[in-house]
Amino acid sequence: MPDRMVPHFQEELEQLKTRLLEMGGLAEDRVRSALRGLVQRDAALVDRVLAGDGPINQLHIEVDGRCFKLLALHQPMAVDLRSIVAAVKINTDLERVGDLAINIAEAVRRYMRHPPVKELIDIPRMADIAQRMLRNALDAYVRRDLDLAQGVLNEDDTLDALKTQVFRELLTYMLQDPHTIEPSLDLILISRHLERIGDHATNVAEDVIFMVSAKDVRHHAGEVEA
Amino acid sequence: MNLVQTVPPPLTVPTRSSDATPADHPVCIDVKGMNFYYGAKRALDNINIGIPAKLVTAFIGPSGCGKSTFLRTLNRMNDIIAGIRVEGKVLIEGDDIYAPTTDVVALRRRVGMVFQKSNPFPKSIFENVAYGLRLNGMAASRADLQARVEESLRAAAIWDEVKDRLHDSALALSGGQQQRLCIARALAVKPEIVLMDEPASALDPIATQRIEELIYQLKTQYTIVIVTHNMQQAARVSDRTAFFWLGRLIEEGPTDRIFTNPQQKLTEDYVTGRFG
Repeated sequence: MPDRMVPHFQEELEQLKTRLLEMGGLAEDRVRSALRGLVQRDAALVDRVLAGDGPINQLHIEVDGRCFKLLALHQPMAVDLRSIVAAVKINTDLERVGDLAINIAEAVRRYMRHPPVKELIDIPRMADIAQRMLRNALDAYVRRDLDLAQGVLNEDDTLDALKTQVFRELLTYMLQDPHTIEPSLDLILISRHLERIGDHATNVAEDVIFMVSAKDVRHHAGEVEA
Repeated sequence: MNLVQTVPPPLTVPTRSSDATPADHPVCIDVKGMNFYYGAKRALDNINIGIPAKLVTAFIGPSGCGKSTFLRTLNRMNDIIAGIRVEGKVLIEGDDIYAPTTDVVALRRRVGMVFQKSNPFPKSIFENVAYGLRLNGMAASRADLQARVEESLRAAAIWDEVKDRLHDSALALSGGQQQRLCIARALAVKPEIVLMDEPASALDPIATQRIEELIYQLKTQYTIVIVTHNMQQAARVSDRTAFFWLGRLIEEGPTDRIFTNPQQKLTEDYVTGRFG
């Protein structure tokens, strides 16, 4: 029938999705700004990151409220139920990414009080990977794309390895010159925050896999199946 | 007829805990201090509620709580039952519908009704909708009549299913289609308010979903009051929910609040299924 009715529940699910994407976009943008602030030593940019987590926090509350209401009023089943439960969890992960962007900005602010320890190579690389993971996890959420979600999981190891590499490299600087200890520790913290962002992207990807296929891949859960 | 239990003594809790009705939806039906009796038995006890315009208000509650009785007081459908008595006031857009001067036929044109069991006339689909229009002299010409029938069938989201067989018997339609035809019939005479008494309880889940979506769409133009014993349905379709218990209005407010954070213990017990 041309007067085909789109169930308004589906509309609300779409709105929920849009809100989460908006949140993901904001979180990613804040991580990008904090890192650009580091590379370009741009204090104003970093300060903007420090001042601006209001919109993400508001969305955090709004998305939870929407999920709560959808669960209470629509008694969703099957994929709809999994989508809403996934949204609740993704919401928390994205809010944490927003917080980590602040942590990075704070470390950058401290780092900028010292001369640069070294040219930054691996940290921007880590930032690229972490942001790509986050973006792909959210794309996978929108497109219900299992392959893309799996790709995010695969990238996490690279990020972990880079974090270890950054640590080792900076250790050599610190051993040579104690004046580099303070700024080096901030770089190590930044690499640690980026690695955590990758972990949150991984969580999102795992939630997407659960949402689409109803398979729980966390903690190698699938491997114990007979 | 309704099995109405004797009303117990008043609760210690307030009988109504209402959040203000939304500002952009002024009160359309204002009920003040209503008592309703079947003979000596009091079926409704001091009901006070303001039902906002152009929203869906759902009445929920266990069997015999008075929700259907209350719905039928809103267009005086109970008048046909012998021995009933109504106290208090029902104002629709300020008009007291129990005033002696009230024209009940005109009232029921303003306040349409759809029943639990679809009840099309044993006539054609077209005639079912055209009937009320003719009766009320609402069609200026044959073409006008046809246009109004089509408009009503479209509004009830059934036009595309019946447009090629308007002159077939309405009784040949499926249960869900018959119910939507009855909604079209109710809409044809341009009511302000549509009362629905368990409109989907005899339908399968797909037909039910269509009715629910239809209700959701109709509220942009009509004030809708629906009685349902299906709590989930109330949650899905309504903007405001009123919970009745033993003839009393226990709690009324925004549906999301009633289902996520009811203020009364009785409401909480009912919506969580811890009743009886």
